[in-house]
Amino acid sequence: MRENNMTIPDVHVEEAGNSGVKPLLEIRDLAITFKTSTGEVQAVRNAHLTIMPGETVAIVGESGSGKSTTALAAIGLLPNNGAVTGGQILLDGEDIAHASEKRMIELRGNTIGMVPQDPMSNLNPVWKIGYQVKETLRANGRPSGPDDIAKVLEQAGLPDAHRRANQYPHEFSGGMRQRALIAIGLSCQPRLLIADEPTSALDVTVQRQILDHLDTMTTDLGTAVLLITHDLGLAAERADKVVVMYQGQVVESGPSLELLRNPRHPYTKRLVESAPSLASRRIQVAKELGVEAADLLAPTEEPAADHVLKIQDLRKVYKLRQGLGKATDFAAVDGVSFDVTRGTTTAIVGESGSGKSTVAKMVLQLEKPTEGKILFDGVDTAALKPAELFKFRRRVQPIFQDPYGSLDPMYNIFRTIEEPLRVHKIGNKASRVKKVRELLDQVSLPQSSMQRFPNELSGGQRQRVAIARALALDPEVIICDEAVSALDVLVQAQVLNLLADLQANLGLTYLFITHDLAVVRQIADHVCVMEKGKLVETGSTDDVFESPQQDYTKALLNAIPGAKLMLPPEVA
Amino acid sequence: MVRFILRRLLQAIPVFLGTTLLVYYMVFALPGDPIAALFGDRQPPQAVIDTLRSQYHLDEPFWVQYGLFLQNIFTFNLGNDFTGQPIAASLARVFPVTAMLALEALLIQTVFGVAFGVFAGLRRGGVFDSTVLVASLVVIAVPTFVLGFVFQLVFGVQLGWAKPTVGANADWGNLLLPATVLGLVSFAYVLRLTRASVSESMNADYVRTATAKGLSRPRVVMAHILRNSLIPVVTFLGADLGGLMGGAIVTEAIFNVPGVGNKLYQATLRTEGPTIVSIVSVLVLVFVVANLLVDLLYAWLDPRIRYDQ
Repeated sequence: MRENNMTIPDVHVEEAGNSGVKPLLEIRDLAITFKTSTGEVQAVRNAHLTIMPGETVAIVGESGSGKSTTALAAIGLLPNNGAVTGGQILLDGEDIAHASEKRMIELRGNTIGMVPQDPMSNLNPVWKIGYQVKETLRANGRPSGPDDIAKVLEQAGLPDAHRRANQYPHEFSGGMRQRALIAIGLSCQPRLLIADEPTSALDVTVQRQILDHLDTMTTDLGTAVLLITHDLGLAAERADKVVVMYQGQVVESGPSLELLRNPRHPYTKRLVESAPSLASRRIQVAKELGVEAADLLAPTEEPAADHVLKIQDLRKVYKLRQGLGKATDFAAVDGVSFDVTRGTTTAIVGESGSGKSTVAKMVLQLEKPTEGKILFDGVDTAALKPAELFKFRRRVQPIFQDPYGSLDPMYNIFRTIEEPLRVHKIGNKASRVKKVRELLDQVSLPQSSMQRFPNELSGGQRQRVAIARALALDPEVIICDEAVSALDVLVQAQVLNLLADLQANLGLTYLFITHDLAVVRQIADHVCVMEKGKLVETGSTDDVFESPQQDYTKALLNAIPGAKLMLPPEVA
Repeated sequence: MVRFILRRLLQAIPVFLGTTLLVYYMVFALPGDPIAALFGDRQPPQAVIDTLRSQYHLDEPFWVQYGLFLQNIFTFNLGNDFTGQPIAASLARVFPVTAMLALEALLIQTVFGVAFGVFAGLRRGGVFDSTVLVASLVVIAVPTFVLGFVFQLVFGVQLGWAKPTVGANADWGNLLLPATVLGLVSFAYVLRLTRASVSESMNADYVRTATAKGLSRPRVVMAHILRNSLIPVVTFLGADLGGLMGGAIVTEAIFNVPGVGNKLYQATLRTEGPTIVSIVSVLVLVFVVANLLVDLLYAWLDPRIRYDQ
């Protein structure tokens, strides 16, 4: 163990413990190293943070910043190839950075609890929820009868807990699973709760309820919380103190609001600026202020709205089988109508299960509508013959959410982008190479990346490849299904900028499917809000955001984390 | 659940008809005259041949022969083989022996395969893991008849730990050596499958969460790694049980086990259609039932699997 005696570089570290209260957790000069096939990688360097009893501290950073690694070290759960190579983790003054496994097993559960990130994968699918609570209680020497289990689940906001305890995780919704995980994390009343992105996989409204509940519970129990998040707004709203991490180092820390209003480190400044909050203006508007002014002067020249897509009374009904051959109809999309004007961006927002992705799939002709029409350039797409459909696909291209899943790992980047050209028999080999080079330029990727494979690129780069592939056929309409949801905030801002530039240069029409209203604010001209298969509100982005008519829309807007904290836009 | 089981058993009917028809046809198409083979070098009078032919319906066309066979099956009277013995009686003699052999082999390969696989998977890359990986590869690569003779020589003859051949009185103890040989190859597969599956589920999020709850290591392994890892292993074992029942021909021959494999081999030599197809029919039933059991075990291991929808 090498002891680091150097003084910490002063990045306005918050000095805790000015009164007699001793910190609950203190991380000093923490260094964590991973052994990989390409050598040792230092994931965390000189990290320091202090949590007082009952306090909530958030670590904010993008993926790979070391925020989760730091938190996992505090509960002794680093992956096998990772190890603490310097510094201390003091829990009540006891250094647990190198504590024995036996000691850690004693601490886990009843002194340090954890609520993990993804509710879908963190409950064992083969055990009943009640059993998974029960084993926690039992392992920490607490009473674990059916009533104790039910009490724990009820406290986490699961009604009808006795029955719920007998169900399996797959019978729970995402929000309910996260409640179960919170129940497990807090069941033994730990003094410190590590909450690693506890709600990032959930819809905003559910997210809000769960975080509120978590707040109430930890306040009642006096539990200190170490909240890990990539969302600065959420961190500022929920935590007393925020610690910003970047490339394995703590770059800034301090009281939440102060840090948000007055960020000092350049990285924090960028993070605050690109936080997709309500305050941000439309990227296009900000960019082409002059152009738009010119347009406003001559509004009469514009033809009476050129609707490239007309969606009329679209319905999609799925049959749900309910045992013994009975089936009930489930309308995933129920009577949706809207128009998409050429060269504009229309966003469809809603929570999961609202039917927004089903609409996208039907527009892409990947699903057949049960009823209703989709008119593309005035032609009913349902009536297209196979050859016409093939041509239609040239003009309407998708970009999907998961840049990891939507690129073939066995295709290099050239082949990925060239494939649509080859399939549509456009040009010869030489002209296709030329076209791919142009496309890479358009999406700001180096031409040298042509020979690389998807696993060698970052998430943002992959999404650029997906955009280049979508542009290869010079489409008129691009359907973006959660195209930036999987990206970190800064990367997300870059990709949104890129999409805005491309729209300006190529006159593209976007249909943007997203659950993230903040993103809508940045990119969309029109918004369609969907709830349970129905269109509840449509209108221009500004109208919807400034005066939402429907309760559901208001609820969605209110649920954006940090919305209330952000300052009014003083955009130049 | 009941509906599911019924449906699966109904599905077994076309499977049964298809396989028996195929096997019956192949036996029918075999060259050589089974009656002539019965008399060896001697030339029996033509009248005897004709009598035997009509007695066994060998003078009838294929479809009639197959129809008569089906009729026998459904009246639970399998008829006689060419030596005049009732087929049902000889099946009743051989099947228990092979069932014992197959179950013992299955037990050996499951218990040792899963145990070794779990240990190897938990310490992937360690000494134990590397050793059993190489050893299992050797076992897979060496043909069963070589393994069989080596085991017979070493453990049966030189060390004298077990009887080198089984003979007429087959019991669990006598069958231990052949069962080990029979189970050895599948043991290697079970080990590798378990190992891969364990080291995959070790990295699952729910395993980390289970650790974070404060569970001890043994509990995490038993409750959260092992059960989830068994699903692919169970699939393999179910398919393998049928193979063990029908595929013991070589092992049974080496250790002189009076089981199904031996019987099937002799019947094939004598082109005894009814005996061969009777054995095959029982094996088909074993396969169907084994696969059904696998599916039911699945639903028990993984509650997400539901059959009644």
